[in-house]
Amino acid sequence: MREVAVVAFAQTRHERRQQALNEVEMLMPVLHQVKEELGIDQSQIDFTCSGSTDYLAGTAFSFVTTLDAVGAWPPIVESHVEMDAAWALYEAWVKIQTGEADTALVYGYGKSSPGSLRDVLSRQLDPYYVAPLWPDSVALAALQARACLDAGITTVEEMAEIAARSRRAAESNPYAQLRGSEDPSVLLEEPEIAPPLRRHDCPPISDGAAAVVLAAGDRARELTDRPVWIRGIDHRIDAHALGVRDLTASPSTALAAERAGVADGPVDLAELHAPFTHQEVVLRRALGLGDDVVVNPSGGPLAANPLIAAGLIRIGEAAARIARGEARRAVAHATNGPCLQQNLVCVLEGSD
Amino acid sequence: MSGLVLPERLRDLEPVRSIRTPARLEYTYTAGQATSRFLRGIAQRKILGERCHVCGKVILPPRGACPVDGVPTHEQVELPDRGTITTFCVVNVKFSGSAMELPYVCATVVPDGSDMGLFGMVQEIPFDRIRIGMRVEAVWDDEPRPDLASIKWWRPTGEPDVQVDEGRGA
Repeated sequence: MREVAVVAFAQTRHERRQQALNEVEMLMPVLHQVKEELGIDQSQIDFTCSGSTDYLAGTAFSFVTTLDAVGAWPPIVESHVEMDAAWALYEAWVKIQTGEADTALVYGYGKSSPGSLRDVLSRQLDPYYVAPLWPDSVALAALQARACLDAGITTVEEMAEIAARSRRAAESNPYAQLRGSEDPSVLLEEPEIAPPLRRHDCPPISDGAAAVVLAAGDRARELTDRPVWIRGIDHRIDAHALGVRDLTASPSTALAAERAGVADGPVDLAELHAPFTHQEVVLRRALGLGDDVVVNPSGGPLAANPLIAAGLIRIGEAAARIARGEARRAVAHATNGPCLQQNLVCVLEGSD
Repeated sequence: MSGLVLPERLRDLEPVRSIRTPARLEYTYTAGQATSRFLRGIAQRKILGERCHVCGKVILPPRGACPVDGVPTHEQVELPDRGTITTFCVVNVKFSGSAMELPYVCATVVPDGSDMGLFGMVQEIPFDRIRIGMRVEAVWDDEPRPDLASIKWWRPTGEPDVQVDEGRGA
């Protein structure tokens, strides 16, 4: 296997509605930032891979429009996933493994504000049996939360603590959208919006973008003094039909964690893409994380959840903390689909 | 359906061959800064391109980035509402929402001084006389709005045709 490192990461300041900028204008600054940080231009990027979805933009082939932000001339080697950009990073990692690329630019962006997000997300469901009923994304998460409470995996008190801890952690994250929180006991006085979920259990609706640059071996060492190595990466999927899944567990996360080698060494930090509070509990169990692991010091998706970028940001945040010396070995996780349907696990380590 | 045994009461029923599940989503589109600048110009009968400071090309309609260099464009360039047809097609098929009489011609028109073209209709000339290199001018709506439909169509100016480089401006 080739050694592959995260060598740069940038993200937007995420917000509820980015009404001044279109997708190209929102994305371009983060692409410029990662390239400028490394002192390279697009000609030194061997492979470019992005994540986006036309369903958020409400525009056909919207990812082609945003290629304007890349500088794709002379023609570049490029690919795209209609998923969280963590999967674009996975594709780029595979491309580097094949030896066809030494450097890759990965980016993802999502404006959730143009449409009714809870309805838009229903379009990713089974088109025959589920999507015609328009179940909204919060209601589906509530089904999962109810199952978790019933199984005794978590409590509403623990869920409120996760919400408060995440948004207080975000106070030191200038890119986060929701910063600070009331005490869990105060949060629990609020009404349920989709029982058993309260407002604090749900992620904010966010517009935002992020970019990561990957580089192989010596090229990574040339580009930065602090490459953060991807020691393992894997992604797995659970059944599409919600009714056949045990929503209280995440077998796909557990398998991806095993394949990525999470348990091969001590983990001191995890960035988990758990948009709803109870999902953090499900993921901690699936990943086998101990109580000593710092989870979502950035605030995680409960503090800013720009769809498509939010999973890639977990990898970027974990890598940035390792590069700053705040952690040695970290786990980054990304999810896509309803109720943690698809999961990607990435193990990151510093150079020393 | 091989191998599947249906209960007696379902055996002679017509099979379900398709289902209809209508879906409708509404979006509030954000034009962004560059497109807003362009559309505000259109509302004043002005065609405003934007020049890339790297390659010098005039981008039209501006979307916020030079698609060649991936940099923001900030220098506005007012272009004349007169230009050259660089490609066209004759439309013989009616599609929903179109009130156009068939056949009609849609074309790419590159305004003088621009490096890119605008999409539009060509009218006031028989469809079979339209050609690449033909000079045309915009026919504006009496009450222009921030909407490209404020250019109702393009019509011939009568100037001599000009040579058009493949896929580029005149």
